[in-house]
Amino acid sequence: MKVTIKLFATLRIGRGKILKKEYPEGTIIRDIIRDLNIYEKDVAILLKNGISTKMDKEPADGDTLSIFPPIGGG
Amino acid sequence: MNNYFGYQGVILRVNLSDGKISKEPLNLEDGVKFIGGRGLGTKILFDEVDPKIDPLSIDNKVIFATGPLSGTATPTGGRYMVITKSPLTGTVASSNSGGFWGAELKLAGYDAVIIEGKSEKPVYLNIADDVVTLEDASGIWGNLVDETTTKLENIHGEKARIATIGPAGEKLSKISGVMNERGRAAGRSGVGAVLGSKNFKAIVVRGTNKVNIKEPDKLKGAFSNSMTKIRENGVTGQGLPAYGTAVLVNIINEHGALPTNNFQESHFDLAEAISGETLAEKYLKKKDPCYRCPIGCGRYCEADYAKGAGPEYETIWGYGSNCGVSDLGAIIKANYWCNEYGLDTISAATTIAAAMELYQKGYIKKEDLDGGPELVWGNADAIIEWTKRMGEGNGLGALMAEGSYRLCENFGVSELSMSVKKQEMPAYDPRGIQGIGLNYATSNRGGCHVRGYMISPEILGLPQPLDRFATEGKAEWTKIFQDFTAAIDSVGLCLFTSFALGADDYADLYNAVCGTTLSGNDFIEHGERVWNLERLFNLKAGIDPSQDTLPKRLLEDPISSGPSKGWLSKLSETLPLYYKERGWTENGLPTDEKLESLGIKEYK
Ligand code: SF4
Repeated sequence: MKVTIKLFATLRIGRGKILKKEYPEGTIIRDIIRDLNIYEKDVAILLKNGISTKMDKEPADGDTLSIFPPIGGG
Repeated sequence: MNNYFGYQGVILRVNLSDGKISKEPLNLEDGVKFIGGRGLGTKILFDEVDPKIDPLSIDNKVIFATGPLSGTATPTGGRYMVITKSPLTGTVASSNSGGFWGAELKLAGYDAVIIEGKSEKPVYLNIADDVVTLEDASGIWGNLVDETTTKLENIHGEKARIATIGPAGEKLSKISGVMNERGRAAGRSGVGAVLGSKNFKAIVVRGTNKVNIKEPDKLKGAFSNSMTKIRENGVTGQGLPAYGTAVLVNIINEHGALPTNNFQESHFDLAEAISGETLAEKYLKKKDPCYRCPIGCGRYCEADYAKGAGPEYETIWGYGSNCGVSDLGAIIKANYWCNEYGLDTISAATTIAAAMELYQKGYIKKEDLDGGPELVWGNADAIIEWTKRMGEGNGLGALMAEGSYRLCENFGVSELSMSVKKQEMPAYDPRGIQGIGLNYATSNRGGCHVRGYMISPEILGLPQPLDRFATEGKAEWTKIFQDFTAAIDSVGLCLFTSFALGADDYADLYNAVCGTTLSGNDFIEHGERVWNLERLFNLKAGIDPSQDTLPKRLLEDPISSGPSKGWLSKLSETLPLYYKERGWTENGLPTDEKLESLGIKEYK
């Protein structure tokens, strides 16, 4: 399945802003985070197609993940 | 050395009509009951000003109030509040600012300054510890904020701290604020215009005293505990220091809740160009923290001639996606002109967005523009030039300087103003974030995010994540956030500390400084008292509960695209629960029992 991954703030360093990746069926978000060398504790906000989601969820083909580290309020 | 702890025990009263300056003792009972800052200031306003007065008449007063922790060795103890009756909303106004000015006023020996009456000629106040004089301001009247500040620094020395209004306040713009240290603003609700109506330009202050601490050892412990929490928290320890508030642009946009084109859309395709990440990469020169602040969210940016504080997230959103503009350099320039003219960036930007919608729909015509840039979505020149015209009060700019509600009302379409109680709403679409909508609708100063920042649980997941679309639990959370914030604003610390600190932490700091024995719950209850007092002021001012609502668009037109597509604000579900949670009648009136339990029944 094809997944678009959008990274923000410090998570972009050494990884880029938008990644298009292909993963085998059954891959859960936690696997993707690991694949990107991101520590789970550095994920503060996790969205699938703009809706809050969890590490153990499985994305579908064509989904977009947005991943934010701890960030500010305003 | 006085006999107070946390407080200086002195309130300075300046009568501009007869030039009399007097020092009055602080009634410590008021301190115990209303803490200080926002609470104490509201109490003074209520005692001395009839809520029904015209806010720009001689009868209004302006109170600059510090809190018991202002000027002490606590994190972010530099804040002050400006309390008055708002000419924008007709409600109580209490605008908060950081920087250094608040701490300086406290160290000069004052808990609050009351400005009353009206001067015949422009004046400013000079405070050098216990020497206080009114000075001729004819040489600075009409000057921009930077020029005013420089001139006053030249007269009173570099160490003097200066809070001033800009030309917008002098011209009675209902969206003008008070600026201190050039780039920090008590921005909202038109507090600048009230000073302008009194021919009052600025307060220069130099303070070299100390604040007495009741239990210094206890304070050391409470201080180091709170510093550890602030450093270890992801938001206050990493996010805000690294990117400031602007990092929210991408976050809110990814959720599909970034109001775009005056809330006609909720997703901006060009958000990356105006994001905090882009700001840091291209325009950020340095960090610009306030007094004793370990967080340091403040930014100092440069775009050509525009050098200075900001822009904050709210400003970037207002001039950016909400006007369809993706030119971050232009946004920095518009922000710069707001600071120079002393305009509130949220209201100024949002009023331009409303003007763009009026232009889109044919209410404002090309011939109304006096040769100014066209008010079309995405026009970067327009946000700069129309900000200046609002500041100058020229032509259509003069009408816009009254704020979006009066602008739209003038064309018979007040529903196009994205405001609550005539004050412009900030940067979060309440259709996609239910709790913030309830907070906007019920805020005691109209559209405002910092009265109860529900974005914290609904988006950032702090102190715990809440489903942003759900209505359950939002009444309870909104009430707690509102009360908690009122207490923090009263004690004199920055609201941003609350991402890391809980009520017990504030109570520990306050107790160590003042020698009190408040629990965390007591601390929040103090905030509830302040909230109810503000509500009573508004009710007496004629702001009835039917105004606890949102613009029609947010209640009736679902979001048309993006991740929050199809959603509306469900205020009709959350508002009755909120009244109940507050212990008010189903019509939104505080009950006798509630007021009795809070000890403020006499204000009914
Ligand atoms: S967190 Fe930001 S606004 Fe608050 S005191 Fe620190 S620098 Fe000022």
